[in-house]
Amino acid sequence: MSIRTLLAAASLAALAASAQAEVKVGMITTLSGGGASLGIDTRDGFLLAMQKAGRDDVEVIVEDDQQKPDVAVQIADKMIQSEKVDILTGIVWSNLAMAVVPAATAQGKFYLSTNAAPAQLAGKGCNPNYFAVSYQNDNLHEAAGAYAKSEGFTKPFIMAPNYPAGQDSLNGFKRFYGGELAGEVYTKLGQTDYASEIAQIRASGADSIFFFLPGGMGISFLKQFADSGVDLPVMGPAFSFDQNILQAVGDAALGVKNGSNWSKDLDNEANAAFVSGFEEAYGRLPSLYAAYGYDTANLLLSALDKAEPSDAEAFRAALKEAAFDSVRGEFSFDTNQHPIQDIYIREVIQEGDVFTNKIVATALEDRSSAYVEECSMK
Amino acid sequence: MSPILLAEQVLNGLQSGVMLFLMAAGLTLIFGVMGLINLAHGALYMVGAFAAATVAGLTGSFLLALVAALAAAAAAGALVETLVIRRLYARDHLDQVLATFALILIFSEGTRWVFGSFPLYLDVPDALSGTVTLPGGIAYPLYRLALIVIGIAVALGLWWLNSRTRLGIRIRAGENDREMIAALGVDISKLYTLVFALGAGLAGLAGALVGAIQSVQVGMGEPVLILAFVVIVIGGIGSIRGALIGALLVGLTDTLGGVLLPELFRLFIDPASAATAGSAFASMAIYVLMAAVLVWRPTGLFGGRA
Repeated sequence: MSIRTLLAAASLAALAASAQAEVKVGMITTLSGGGASLGIDTRDGFLLAMQKAGRDDVEVIVEDDQQKPDVAVQIADKMIQSEKVDILTGIVWSNLAMAVVPAATAQGKFYLSTNAAPAQLAGKGCNPNYFAVSYQNDNLHEAAGAYAKSEGFTKPFIMAPNYPAGQDSLNGFKRFYGGELAGEVYTKLGQTDYASEIAQIRASGADSIFFFLPGGMGISFLKQFADSGVDLPVMGPAFSFDQNILQAVGDAALGVKNGSNWSKDLDNEANAAFVSGFEEAYGRLPSLYAAYGYDTANLLLSALDKAEPSDAEAFRAALKEAAFDSVRGEFSFDTNQHPIQDIYIREVIQEGDVFTNKIVATALEDRSSAYVEECSMK
Repeated sequence: MSPILLAEQVLNGLQSGVMLFLMAAGLTLIFGVMGLINLAHGALYMVGAFAAATVAGLTGSFLLALVAALAAAAAAGALVETLVIRRLYARDHLDQVLATFALILIFSEGTRWVFGSFPLYLDVPDALSGTVTLPGGIAYPLYRLALIVIGIAVALGLWWLNSRTRLGIRIRAGENDREMIAALGVDISKLYTLVFALGAGLAGLAGALVGAIQSVQVGMGEPVLILAFVVIVIGGIGSIRGALIGALLVGLTDTLGGVLLPELFRLFIDPASAATAGSAFASMAIYVLMAAVLVWRPTGLFGGRA
């Protein structure tokens, strides 16, 4: 066989492969390091929806960003340049999203966010090719703020790490709480010991605590807080109380109220199918990251039914319709292409051996985001 | 700020200092005796925490968990020393850094392979949970007091080992002149394995003790490793006494800086930006301390060699 026939055969095979997968989705997410559990759930939720749909014309390429912005940028470049993906998705962290999303949308690619949705991309930096399927970063903190106000707390002590999402968090809380604070503390990002903050809380005369400490930081704080003898109501966004973290915290998290736009006990058909399907496929309960991944994949599939990504106008219009059954119930996009949705307050409970959440109140109805007006898309 | 709050913060600083000492003591011993920069020390801390979480989960006994942490980390240390580190003593520091960095990756992904990516559960034992009221009316968590006591006990034990036992004499001799003690008939490679295992065991113990009040997860050792390096640079490389003083200084600076600097900034600017600016400066405080110590004494507080 000559080299020429070999080449011809190879290119034929390549053609056949590309004919099979008409749409390529590049998923960049965190699969190693301390933040891996978030990315793994995002991926598993997304792939579950793909698998259920049973479509062989969509190819999903998953790569690990190691929670590093430079790595995420390299992967995005590779996916756009050599893999020729049509759509990017999957980034968990806001700083990584800021490094990848503006460049990708500028090159005409679609980006569907499964989690991170920083203020910049919801306001002045909004883009017709960028859709946040999860929330806007401030939303869950706003819900906690609204809850604090409705509960009549008058002196909450609020705390977050000193980085952009942490500052957004405390601003989001204050936007809907609006009252007096017992204290406002910024901790170090990645801090593991909170003895000094707990001492400040004790001395401040606070009547409640709001904190945003994602990942291991939240586990450390809750364990130390439970052991400190300070007995105050605790609030936070759902990130510190997701399904995977709760098991490591144990009793210490019981009773904590947290703002979330999803919970496994949300009563709708899509959610019931998602929760049971996820448990069956992976042998564990889904977290909210998995719910966002699942919704994002279903949104994508609903748009693909109507248009091809190559026809950007039509595809964008199809995405905007949000014609899919969200596990969060009612779901639509505002003009800045961030969700309008209800945001709830959940309470951490114990079911048998498993720690999980249940919804106790609706904090904000049909909440959009604080930055809609700043976005030029109308 | 009230005196009670200040006293409580000093205790917190002491507590984080003595736990840092457990990490730094092993690191400085290994560097002092073998001249080896061991980046994988944080991985051994993680091994200790995971071993403790596993054993505590199986048996429900915290004491057994601590023993397991010590044993698992020491065994991992001895294994790594004989398989990998032994080949690196004669190489320069860059090779050591590369090889021990590779060990971090192997330990991290290996741990993820065995235990999965989700944090494990390890909690304070019932007997040590809750708070005690100290003289002056300070309500302080009992477990943290226990950590201070254990840390001081380990420091005394190391001092005794180093200055009163035959092993200590050999360790000190090894620091001063490797060739000579080999020539005197001491089995240097066995001594190295022993010192490495001792350092590793201390790191594992620290991991288990701290793991009970923090998050037991892959990669938990690396942030502590950085602090431990700051400690041994401040204390003087190779000096256990330096490691103790350095660890206490770093613990106190870190804790009190985080509390006092935002208060200080509040005197000049509005509270919200004081909180941001103060905590930004507080995270720099230990590095400023390190720089200041190095300007004053370039080899660290107790560093012998120039």
